[in-house]
Amino acid sequence: MKTKDLVYIALFAAITAVLGLVPAIQVGPVPITAQTLGVMLAGAILGARRGFLSQLLFLVLVAIGLPLLASGHGGLAAFTGPSAGYLISWPIAAFVVGLLTERFWGRYNLAWGILANVVGGILVIYAIGVPVLAAIANLSPEAAIVSGALPFLIGDGIKAVLAAAIAVQVRRSYPVIETPQRAVALR
Amino acid sequence: MLALYVPRASPVHRTPAGWKLLALAGLSVLVFAVPTLPVSGGAVAAVLLLGLAVAQLPAGVLLRQARAVLWWLVGLFVLHAVLTDVLTGTLTVLRLLALVLAAAVVTATTRVTEMVAVIERICRPLEWVGVRPARIGLVIAMALRFIPLIAERADRIREAQAARGGLPRGLRGLATTVVPLLVQVLQMAHTTAEALDARGADDEPLPRRRRRDR
Repeated sequence: MKTKDLVYIALFAAITAVLGLVPAIQVGPVPITAQTLGVMLAGAILGARRGFLSQLLFLVLVAIGLPLLASGHGGLAAFTGPSAGYLISWPIAAFVVGLLTERFWGRYNLAWGILANVVGGILVIYAIGVPVLAAIANLSPEAAIVSGALPFLIGDGIKAVLAAAIAVQVRRSYPVIETPQRAVALR
Repeated sequence: MLALYVPRASPVHRTPAGWKLLALAGLSVLVFAVPTLPVSGGAVAAVLLLGLAVAQLPAGVLLRQARAVLWWLVGLFVLHAVLTDVLTGTLTVLRLLALVLAAAVVTATTRVTEMVAVIERICRPLEWVGVRPARIGLVIAMALRFIPLIAERADRIREAQAARGGLPRGLRGLATTVVPLLVQVLQMAHTTAEALDARGADDEPLPRRRRRDR
């Protein structure tokens, strides 16, 4: 791993932290925090490995006692609450988004970007977050889905589109993921 | 940057960070393995006693952490009272409260630097797969420096956009700020990496045998 990769990892951990400062956007009854946008961007711009490490670093920063989650929360308490599963899923989500983005990289556009972000940034997060919520809060699977997935769907959909739109533009002006050799040869 | 640490001269503060983390892990195993009211209620009482009386933390510190999950807990209790029974609801809520409060006590009584040291120690076995623990401290320091820097750049971009005629609001506004911001900070990352390399950050560590001789 090169120094540059380390700096990118630190940078995207910091970006997810800064997105916690963005005032929550009110769309419907549930406020959307912008932080999972950071998770998707980390995967879509850095790729799987660096994206994973950057969000893992973010969780380390939270765990060592910095108030970096939306509305100033943080510390180990965040990992014992009902949303622990969602938090823990972030590095994995960034990894999956990155993996798909790398696969689509030669023909990356808004549609492929949205697909990668929806699978990695929404499905993976719910697949880990909802069962953990059900276990911690003693809820039935149906109740966990109703309280832990449905209210966030619209907001997360908007973030997936937004992250893809941003990633497409950043790819055009400052690509970080390298174009695979095969794709170059085919062009 | 404001951390959640609260300085006091107490035995809890003096306990090594690794022990406190182990105790927290032990507590979480206990309350889930023995789901009875005395255990969960006792855990909440013990954690409050430890935090407020022994560690002399202001009640506000613990309250602020608990408030983050308060509505969850209330909703959860109601849900359980309706769907299952009041006893399960009370148990679930007490269990969660004990863990959140205990974690808040650990965080409030342990310095960030101590936590970083623990993390470096935990990561030491990873040296065998090529991770250098010393770099973890570097990456943490870099991320902490980047946070105010990114916020500042974002403000500057928004000011520049406002000066050129109005800010696009809502989601569009977010996108038009984030794209130039990302390009700027990615360029900044490139410069930072070059500066670090120029100062020897990319040097490979000495081979194992040599290092033992030193």
